[in-house]
Amino acid sequence: MKNVQKQKRANKSLPFFFRDEFKVSLIIILISVALLITTFTFDIVPPILNRGIQPATFPKALLVLIIIMTLFIYYLATKNPWKVEKKLPRSFFLTLSSFVIFVVVSKTLDFFLAISALSIFVSYCWGEKRLFYLFLVGIIFPIIVFIFFETILGLRFPPGIITNIYYS
Amino acid sequence: MDNLLLMLAPLFSSKLLLVLFFGTLFGLILGVLPGLGPTTGGALILPFTMTLDPLSAIVLLTSIYCAGTYGGAITAVLINTPGTPAAAATCLDGYPLAQKGEAGRALGMATVSSTVGGIFSVVILVFFAPILAQLAYEFGQPEYFALAIFGLTMLASIGEGSPIKNLIAGAFGILISTVGKDFMTSIDRFTFGINELTEGIGFIPVVVGLFAMSEMLTQSTLINQIFNRIALKAIKLPSKDDYKKTWKTILRSSGIGSFIGVLPAEGGTVASLIGYSEAKRFSKNPEEFGKGSIEGIAGAEAANNAATGGAMVPTLALGIPGSATTAVILTGLIIHGVRPGPDLFREQPDFLYGIFGAMLIANILFFIFGFFGAKIFARITLVPNKILWPMIFAVSVCGTYSLNQSIIDVWIMLFFGVLGFFMRRYGFSVVPVIIGLILGELVEGTLRQSLVIFDGNWLMFFTRPIALTFFILSLIALAFPLIRSKKFRKKL
Repeated sequence: MKNVQKQKRANKSLPFFFRDEFKVSLIIILISVALLITTFTFDIVPPILNRGIQPATFPKALLVLIIIMTLFIYYLATKNPWKVEKKLPRSFFLTLSSFVIFVVVSKTLDFFLAISALSIFVSYCWGEKRLFYLFLVGIIFPIIVFIFFETILGLRFPPGIITNIYYS
Repeated sequence: MDNLLLMLAPLFSSKLLLVLFFGTLFGLILGVLPGLGPTTGGALILPFTMTLDPLSAIVLLTSIYCAGTYGGAITAVLINTPGTPAAAATCLDGYPLAQKGEAGRALGMATVSSTVGGIFSVVILVFFAPILAQLAYEFGQPEYFALAIFGLTMLASIGEGSPIKNLIAGAFGILISTVGKDFMTSIDRFTFGINELTEGIGFIPVVVGLFAMSEMLTQSTLINQIFNRIALKAIKLPSKDDYKKTWKTILRSSGIGSFIGVLPAEGGTVASLIGYSEAKRFSKNPEEFGKGSIEGIAGAEAANNAATGGAMVPTLALGIPGSATTAVILTGLIIHGVRPGPDLFREQPDFLYGIFGAMLIANILFFIFGFFGAKIFARITLVPNKILWPMIFAVSVCGTYSLNQSIIDVWIMLFFGVLGFFMRRYGFSVVPVIIGLILGELVEGTLRQSLVIFDGNWLMFFTRPIALTFFILSLIALAFPLIRSKKFRKKL
């Protein structure tokens, strides 16, 4: 309890634009406004096809509601600041970047290779240095999962350099 | 009598018994592993259910739900980390009791109270779901709209964390459901020229992303965390003295859990917290709470397992999920072509009572598995995260891909993983997003159809007594956190 109060005090001592509540509220509002603008580009249906309301009306109402509620939580946070979150460790950013690597590799090279690369990378970054276990999580387990999904569900994985060899 | 026989049907089907056996086992493993749980597990296993008939598929999902909810207690007692959020309150007394060398007694009480709570809630389900379904015959589009709004406001008011943040998350969930072709006019919304988005954003990528992938990112911040594990010799059944101390608590928490479960919220999590605090309030020894009180364990565990049956009541009777896991079960029903609601009770009683019976058997099965196998299940927590999570990633990716064979779904899953991590970091619960997503189409569809019926006159909503009642209840639900915080401040 004391720690939370200390963290809250620490947050209050920061300029408002550095505080989490400001940054989070700003991001939500910016995204909501951008989406709200997008709703104006939706096609308008003629009255004969219009079912109650225009297709854009409902999302518009939701976005306005989200913006109002976000402003309200920011207002509440000015009175009762959020606690300061700990800085994220290096391992988090490495894991996050592995997601990006996964997307790039699965798009350009191979789906299986992407899973394999991410598994080895994450396991290594989280402290696994033993080769056998890296081999287990990066090669053996994904192969088992692939075969399992393919056999049970009759799934066909997207083409790629390794997947093509497997299917051929 | 006929219905009772229908409930016993799973006992006479070797296939269903096998499904129950594996579902309970899988649910227990998921429950034991911190960060995973019945919601993620159910979402991951959903593609596999396509190979099963509808009853077996739903039996599999419900057995995972029941066993997974209990499984969280094993980790809560032995390593002071709740296997599932619903077991958070169990840590408060389970771990201190285990530290005193009574881990077997703590787990014994958790197992018995979970089983009693679970069975109690199935009885509630059997009696109340048909009644609610009968009432639902009176519902038209405006009533369903008002009911969905009531569900979302309840989520905000009794869900965990800030009510306004829960409302934002719920509204965001509904917003996600609007992505794709408008189901009434076929107009593209938020597709940004991406063809794959015209079909909308699938439920599975969002659930797996928000639960499994965001948890993977959370675990990446905790890789240096050391758990103090307490060795378990054997589970002990509660003594006569323990039963005397706790039977009232177990019954009270079972009632609380079943009631909370019926309301659309975070089901077991909220139920266990309320069950725990009520156990403390009624206890003759409240000072023992937090130091290893056997009543605390009983109160929390009976309540969270009782919420499972409760949450199935609105799911089956109205098609409105009572928790995140029942949202997955609802998706399972829809995928298998089963439309929940009053007609289901009239047209397919064998299917429904088969589910009820299976839930009853699952509660007995996890008692047996828990009692004889807790020591083995506890060892699962010894699998290091650096091995476990890459494996979960591989299964999550393949599971998400398998439903539509779409790589875009996998990317959506990763996106929601990152989003879920930051939502949780800043106090936004991810459960309302799931409930909002599943209720989104219902909310918009019933609103628009109601406006067609009312010729665009919004005020006509208030001329329908049932709809008006739900709107008033929604207002009360919204005001409730405010009243609660004022009362709380006064107490301080």
